[in-house]
Amino acid sequence: MASYSTNEFKNGLKVMIDGDPCSMVDVEFVKPGKGQAFTRVKVRNLKSGRIWERTFKSGESLEKADVMDQDMEYVYTDGEFWHFMLTDGSFEQYAADEKAVGDAKQWLKEQNVCTVTLYNNVPLAVAAPNFVELEVVETDPGLKGDTAQGGSKPATLSTGAVVRVPLFINQGEVLKIDTRTGEYVSRA
Amino acid sequence: MWQPTASLEAIHARARLYATIRQFFAERKVLEVDTPVLSTAAVSDPHLDPLPSRYEGPGAAEGTALFLQTSPEYAMKRLLAAGSGPIYQLAKAFRNGESGRRHNPEFCMLEWYRPGFDTVMLMDEVETLVAAVLKRDDFVRISYRDLFRQRFEIDPHRASVAALRSLAVQHLGVTFDDDDPDTWRQLLLAEVIEPCLQQPTFVYDFPASQAALAKVYEDAQGEAVAARFELFVNGIELANGYDELVDGDEQARRFAADAEQRRRLGKAVNPSDPHLVAALRAGMPACAGVALGVDRLLMLALELDHIDQVLAFPIARA
Repeated sequence: MASYSTNEFKNGLKVMIDGDPCSMVDVEFVKPGKGQAFTRVKVRNLKSGRIWERTFKSGESLEKADVMDQDMEYVYTDGEFWHFMLTDGSFEQYAADEKAVGDAKQWLKEQNVCTVTLYNNVPLAVAAPNFVELEVVETDPGLKGDTAQGGSKPATLSTGAVVRVPLFINQGEVLKIDTRTGEYVSRA
Repeated sequence: MWQPTASLEAIHARARLYATIRQFFAERKVLEVDTPVLSTAAVSDPHLDPLPSRYEGPGAAEGTALFLQTSPEYAMKRLLAAGSGPIYQLAKAFRNGESGRRHNPEFCMLEWYRPGFDTVMLMDEVETLVAAVLKRDDFVRISYRDLFRQRFEIDPHRASVAALRSLAVQHLGVTFDDDDPDTWRQLLLAEVIEPCLQQPTFVYDFPASQAALAKVYEDAQGEAVAARFELFVNGIELANGYDELVDGDEQARRFAADAEQRRRLGKAVNPSDPHLVAALRAGMPACAGVALGVDRLLMLALELDHIDQVLAFPIARA
């Protein structure tokens, strides 16, 4: 199994810690002028999402995690699994469970291309595209003329997600949403 | 990638800082000196790794191995033994394997020596310089023992390896093992205590095992401690000073002990400096000396948090 030593540590490196795949989110070299060198690493556990810190002595090494990000098209859900298909023409499909889909669930629209993280060839996490276009299925009637002033109201989108939208938005309109913040961007 | 990583403002600030430093020492009649960056000998310190170089040419037809200095200490002590009186140097120093937010393998070090000074007098002088540069007047001083007592309620000189390690496990989640108590003391100081030393803080009386080139003496509690101090500001290690070892025989013994430790750690054992031992045997005046990281001082003065922001071209663009 391939491994990485402290000199190879960097942000985004995927390694095994305590039996779980983790991604490094911050790496800091620590060395007192007259002392030993250490490396302090902030890691995210890719299974639990938990972020924590651990310090390593220079020269320690960690096993590489068999983790890969793949572009996949969202196909459908059967209620238990969410099914994705590789966009490389192989039509190969992967089923992600609710835990893997997580918050991305509310932004999934058929045929949209998502980033699916595979761990030992099983979906571990799903990231929706940064921006999605979704139809408003329910909201209070729009207020005519109020196109610039502040004020917002909730709107339910075709995927079931609820976002705050400006007062002038009507049912049936298609909106552009930033999935990272869950915020309305514009009319599509 | 051809552009500097430091702003023009930081480049100007560096020039002003050098001028301030030179004026500070001119006013105090401390002589600026220049010693070679290359040496046939390397630093003996177990945790410092030199960058090797090579000279070939007249006088060395077969070529000769040279090392870039990790600090100008050895050469400056030879000048002291030759009767230079108080001296300082703004020197480039080089340390292999050190790169990060506060480290660049090549950096600027301000080092100075004061015959007739002890560590208290030298701490006063360091404080005067740093206070003027950073416009701070809230310096404090605390012994290494009291620092650990305050934070962990242990005596760092006497605590067992197991007790020190369990603190590191508790605070830092380490999983490695090490039977050298200094590994744990250094780790706890660097990672748990240091970030809390925001106020300019001199820490003095280090464990004797971390004496490096400082004299060792017995403190009021009967503990053998190193006459060594460090200054921390805003959680950054800024300076390291000693009441300098002047005993040539003891120096030779420490070189041998360092070499033995490097062998144990599986590190290269480089040639040690016979000139330094000879100079001490010839007689170096009692003195205190200190090294201060100039790039870090500039980071603090400009309130920047990455060393690259004060270097024209850090290693990645060198």
